[in-house]
Amino acid sequence: MSDSWIILGATSSMAKAFARAVSDRGERVFLAGRDMADLEAMASDCLFRGAAVAEAVKFDARDSAGFGAIVERVRKEDGLINVAVFVGSMPPQDAIDTDPTLIQGVVTDSHTGPATFLQMIAPEIEARGGGTVVGVGSVAGDRGRIGNYVYGSAKAGFHTYLSGLRNRLTRSGGHVVTVKPGFVDTAMTWDIEGMFLVAPPENVARDILRAVEKKTDVLYTPFFWRIIMGIIKTIPERIFKKMSV
Amino acid sequence: MAWKTLTYSGWGRMKQATGPVARPERVSSLARALEDRPGPAIGNCRSYGDACLANDAPAIQTTRLDRILGFDEETGILEAEAGLRVGEIARIFAPKGWLPAVMPGTGFATVGGCIANDVHGKNHHSVGSFGQHVVELTLMQGGVPKTVTPKKKNTKLFEATIGGLGQTGVIASAKLQLLACKGDVMMVTERRIDGFDEFIAALDASNSPYSVGWIDATARGDDLGRGILEEGETGYGLVPAKKSSKSVPFDAPGFTLSAPIVKAFNTAYFRRVPAAGRTLVKPIQDFFFPLDRIHDWNRLYGKAGFIQFQCVVPPDKAEALKTILKEIAKAGLASPLAVLKRMGPGRAGLMSFPMEGYTLAVDFKNTGLAKSLIGRLEQMTADAEGRVYLAKDATLNAKHMPQMYPELPKFVAYVNKLDPDGAFETDLTRRLQIRSAS
Repeated sequence: MSDSWIILGATSSMAKAFARAVSDRGERVFLAGRDMADLEAMASDCLFRGAAVAEAVKFDARDSAGFGAIVERVRKEDGLINVAVFVGSMPPQDAIDTDPTLIQGVVTDSHTGPATFLQMIAPEIEARGGGTVVGVGSVAGDRGRIGNYVYGSAKAGFHTYLSGLRNRLTRSGGHVVTVKPGFVDTAMTWDIEGMFLVAPPENVARDILRAVEKKTDVLYTPFFWRIIMGIIKTIPERIFKKMSV
Repeated sequence: MAWKTLTYSGWGRMKQATGPVARPERVSSLARALEDRPGPAIGNCRSYGDACLANDAPAIQTTRLDRILGFDEETGILEAEAGLRVGEIARIFAPKGWLPAVMPGTGFATVGGCIANDVHGKNHHSVGSFGQHVVELTLMQGGVPKTVTPKKKNTKLFEATIGGLGQTGVIASAKLQLLACKGDVMMVTERRIDGFDEFIAALDASNSPYSVGWIDATARGDDLGRGILEEGETGYGLVPAKKSSKSVPFDAPGFTLSAPIVKAFNTAYFRRVPAAGRTLVKPIQDFFFPLDRIHDWNRLYGKAGFIQFQCVVPPDKAEALKTILKEIAKAGLASPLAVLKRMGPGRAGLMSFPMEGYTLAVDFKNTGLAKSLIGRLEQMTADAEGRVYLAKDATLNAKHMPQMYPELPKFVAYVNKLDPDGAFETDLTRRLQIRSAS
C-alpha cells in the first residue's frame, strides 16, 4: 500500500531529488509550491518514475489561507501522511541590512509558514497513528554568524519548532527528522563565492530517506557537518564574536 | 538570474573555457537567463573537445532541466526536458519495453546534446541517427519558446538545429520517438576478428540490430585491424545484479597508458573472447555504456587530457581507412579505446556527422606527437572524402570544413540570419570559423 508525501517547496533541487526517490518507491506525491507550471512538470516526472499519484498543489508560505485545501486533498488518501519541508528564503544579509523589513519574509518562508502548515496537518498524522515529518533546516541555524544571521535565526526557530513537534508526534507513533544540510549544490548556492565541500542534492535526498527509515532525530548531511558544527558551536562567544566564519 | 564564473572542459579535458555560466532549474529561469545574457546551451559536457565550451562568453547549462514531461504508451513518444540523460531514459523505460531509439556510447549525454550533435549509436546502420527520431522540439533564442517540427513550415530551422552545435538557440525540451524493445537485457555475441579486411567483411555481413567492433589499434602487420565484433539484440530475462560503479579518484601518472601497457592490455582483451566466440546476456547498461561504470575514466589520461579522433569514410574507401589504421598502428600512440563501425546513410541535419560508410574512433593521450599524427589522419580523411566528428574534435584545421561538411554554406546563411550577433557561438564554431564560412 502506498503512503502520501506532501512536499513543500517542491521545485527546489533538493526537493526534486527527494520527490524522485519516493516516487521510485511507488508512493503518492503532492508537490506544493508557487510555480504551478513548473510543479506540473515535476508531477509528470514523478508519475513516470513510478509514483502512484503525483499532483501539483498550490502552496505559498506567506499565504496560510491556501493551506487548508492541501490538507483536505491529502486526507482523502488512505495510508500514512508524511510531509517534507524544503521551503525557505535567504536574501543576502546586506540586502536585509538595507531593508530590515525583509526579515518578515525570511521568517515566514523559513519558519512560521511551514510551522503553521505542520500545525494543521499534525492532528491528521496523530489520527493515523504514524507518519513522518522531514523538516529541512540549516547548519546556519546552529549559530548566528555575521554573514547570514537573519536566515540562521529563522532556521534556528524552525529547528526548535521541529524538536517540539517530534516530542508531540512521538506519542502517537509519528516521527520528525530535522535535517541540517551543509552546502548543497542548488540554485540558492550556485553563484555564492567561497563554497566548499558542496554536496549534490541527490546525495542529500538519499541521506534523508535513510534517516526517515532509521527514525533519525537530527540529520547532518553530508555527515561531516556534524563535526564542523560541533567545533563551531564550542567556540566561546567572546572569541566567536570577533570571528567571521 | 544567477551567473557563476566557471572553468570547465569537455570530456577529453584538453581544452578549457572560463566564463559566466547559468544553470536554470525551471523553464521560467531559463527564459530569464536568455533575456539576461543569451548564450549557447551546454549539457553534461560529454562532447570531447570544445563543442561544449564558450570561453569569455556566457553559457547556459541545462543539466537541471531534466524532467520527463510526458509519455504515450501506445505510440512510444516521450517528451522530456533537454537536460535529461539518455541513460536515465533507458533505465526508466526499458523495463516498460521502450528504449531511446539511438544511444551514444555514454548514458551521461543529455537529450539536448544528442540533438545538437545528431549522435549515432551501435544501431546506426539499422535505425539512423538520433535526430531522425526527434518528433518535435522546443527551442529558445530569447525568452519565448518556439515549437519546431520536421514538417514543411519549420524544415529549415529543424535541419539547422539537429546536429547544429547549438547555433540556433537553446533546446528546452523535445519529443522523441522511442524504440520498442523486448526488455532490459541484451543478448550479445562476441567474435574474434583476425584482421582489417575480415572486419569489414564481418561488419557488412552482420544483420544484427546492434553491432560494434572493438579494434586493437596497436596491432601491426598480419594482425592489423584485429579485434572483437559485438553483435546484440534486446531480450528479456532475469537481469544479473548490477555491479556498483567505480571511479578514478585522481589524475593517473604518465605511464598508465604507455605503449607497452596498452599493447599487453589489448592482447589480453582480444584473447578474453574464446577463439570460437561466445554469446552472453548482459544488462543493457553494460552493452551500451560500458565505460560509464568507471566514473571519471578520462582521468586515466592524466592532467593533459586526451583527444579522440573519429572519422567516417564512404563504403568504397575501406582501403583508405585501412591506411589510416596503419598510420595509427605505426605511430604506436593509441590507447585501448578504439572502435570500428558500419554506418548507414541516416542523418537528420545539415551539419550531421553520419554518412554511409565506416567509422573509426581512436583515443590518444594529448601529446605533441599525437597532435601531429591526428593532423595527418585528418588530411587522409579529407582525401578519402570522409569527415571528422565535431562532437569529438579538438584539433581539426578549419580548411577541411567546406569539403567535409558540404551543406555548411546553407547552414551558415540560415544561422547567421537567425543569430546575427553570434550569441550562440562556441569555442568550436570560432576555432573552425564555421559562422564566417561561405
